[in-house]
Amino acid sequence: MSEFLFKTGHTACAGCGQSLAARLVIEASGPNTIVVNNTGCLEVFSTKYPESAWGVPWIHSLFENAAAVASGVESALKYLGKKDAINVIAQGGDGGTADIGLQALSGMLERGHDILYVCYDNEAYMNTGVQRSGLTPFDTNTTTSPVGSKSTGNILTKKPMPEIAAAHGIPYVATASVGFPQDVQRKVKKALGIKGPKYIQIHVPCPLGWRHESALTYEVARLAVETGLYPLIEFENGVFTGRKIVPRPVGEYLKTQGRFKHLLNNPEQLKIMQGIADDNIKKYNLSENISYGAQSAT
Amino acid sequence: MKEFLEGSRAVAEVVKLCKPGVISAYPITPQTHIVEELARLVADGQLNSQFVNVESEHSALSCVLGAVAAGVRAYTATSSQGLLYMGEVVFNLAGLRLPLVMTCANRAISAPINIWNDQQDSVSLRDAGWIQLYAEDVQEAVDLHLIGYRLSEDKSMMLPVMVCMDGFILTHGIETVNIPAQEQVDKFLPQYQPLYKLDPQNPITMGSLVDPEAYTETRYALQKTQEEALKLIPKITAEFAKVFGRQYNGLIEEYRLKDAERAIVAMGSVCGTIKEVIDELRAKGKKVGLLKITSYRPFPAQEIYEALKNVGKVAVLDRALSLGSYAPLVSEIKAVFFGKKKKPQVASSFIVGLGGRDITKDSIKEVFRLLTARERPGEFIDLKPELLKESYE
Repeated sequence: MSEFLFKTGHTACAGCGQSLAARLVIEASGPNTIVVNNTGCLEVFSTKYPESAWGVPWIHSLFENAAAVASGVESALKYLGKKDAINVIAQGGDGGTADIGLQALSGMLERGHDILYVCYDNEAYMNTGVQRSGLTPFDTNTTTSPVGSKSTGNILTKKPMPEIAAAHGIPYVATASVGFPQDVQRKVKKALGIKGPKYIQIHVPCPLGWRHESALTYEVARLAVETGLYPLIEFENGVFTGRKIVPRPVGEYLKTQGRFKHLLNNPEQLKIMQGIADDNIKKYNLSENISYGAQSAT
Repeated sequence: MKEFLEGSRAVAEVVKLCKPGVISAYPITPQTHIVEELARLVADGQLNSQFVNVESEHSALSCVLGAVAAGVRAYTATSSQGLLYMGEVVFNLAGLRLPLVMTCANRAISAPINIWNDQQDSVSLRDAGWIQLYAEDVQEAVDLHLIGYRLSEDKSMMLPVMVCMDGFILTHGIETVNIPAQEQVDKFLPQYQPLYKLDPQNPITMGSLVDPEAYTETRYALQKTQEEALKLIPKITAEFAKVFGRQYNGLIEEYRLKDAERAIVAMGSVCGTIKEVIDELRAKGKKVGLLKITSYRPFPAQEIYEALKNVGKVAVLDRALSLGSYAPLVSEIKAVFFGKKKKPQVASSFIVGLGGRDITKDSIKEVFRLLTARERPGEFIDLKPELLKESYE
């Protein structure tokens, strides 16, 4: 039997960023953890009866209620006087977090429960076949935001979940990327050392939905950070700070994935994408080298 | 101890005696007085419980689901839209085989919005896997909470129980009610001993994905457990009688039914009104009776058959509809007698008391008047024909 808390042998796709991140999270938290999981890929590929990849107590109820179920678990542990000895982690995908589960998450954050909420952000509803979610980036080609003669993909920008979480006045918010595994574990450990509600959003490439080579998961994840499209930020004591980068043009990231293929020969849209990265770089002070501009976007 | 209490306050008192470690609720009329009173008891230190004020009914039931999964007895209450909003959690909690007692303060469903009593809310969720018990008066509502926890947490059950009490009529009505002593409750309802729980010492996975290879068996097991509950409920109510001195069958109650030629079948507080009318009619020599259904789920088909097989004419009262078909209760009562030799010649359907319309003694007398040899497939009592003339054309 494997000694991992998230064991091998589950049915995730080759190169699945979410499965890698889930293991990083639970290994950082350790065996004294109860996990509450929203419906989604992670739940499906890790717990098909009669097997389970989980070496910690784990419960799945519904798509949108992990934060509320975890609130009950945490309240029960408080009642039993066991809360200090046990970590409670609620987790879900981007749709279960930022769309259908946002109300339950907001309630959990507002009420001050001692819970770490982890959002595995693969930027669309992958479990149902790559439909657009509130965390799908601008111009992404998904099955419900398809590219066509009158469309360059998703018309909306990514919902600012870290800011939404931080607006609840909680003690810790962070983004992370599976391309930076030690950073993921550092942030999880740091979060679990703080009492109260914590929110970590981890960027996790999905080879199937993003249409990239399954061997390139880490590289794709790193490029998202290094271009400024997925800034690694931490919110503590009321301020956001960003991990410094030496910015690379967004085209280097976009060209690795089929979901952005339609942008590569579209300078106008590339300019918009570069603008999004530039805004992130400015907003979170990721680099002194502010802009690549349209000319150098590729 | 006998007290003169509002129904909601009485329920809160008995819930306190059951010592739930976690209470979570979202306010909706007419459930509010129950949870307000529990919040007060916690605030005053009279009840040691985590009271979680959530942002919706969906989260209220999810929160207590998590608490029970972590091994702690929990409680919530809701009504009407709140019950519908929790709907998917209602099904989920039964499928996860987690024990719980939830009070449903029965109220009509929107649109049009209406805060008054009927039973469309809980009846609409009859298929969810929960045990559903309907109270006639405040005392029975109080007692069904105790019986409910015992039943729910029995190792052979591990099923949630919904105690249904008519909104306003019972939740806001003030009655003399016997609130048991803590020692009696502790004797009848021991501390919750979970069969399984989320525990790092013994990690288990709850809520797995189950494919066609095994899904049917999980539903079959639920169905069999519901059938087992038909046997367990009378055992628990017998034990209840020993401790508290009040007798319930728990499944059905027969009132002056043995020699009745005509009878009404009903659930909930209307049974009190029906009993009064029966007494009056009996005094005039009319052979009438009542079959009260306490347990709607599990549905006590055999007990209903035995109770009604020799009654000539039966009137079934529904305070809910299955729009486009026969009303819910009457269709099930009829199903009991399909293919049976002994059965009522007539089983007429009457729709009463929707959205808080009073069911008076005259309403019940009208039901008996219409309970003739001509079977009625769905007669609305106290309908106002003048309101039906309004039109956009």
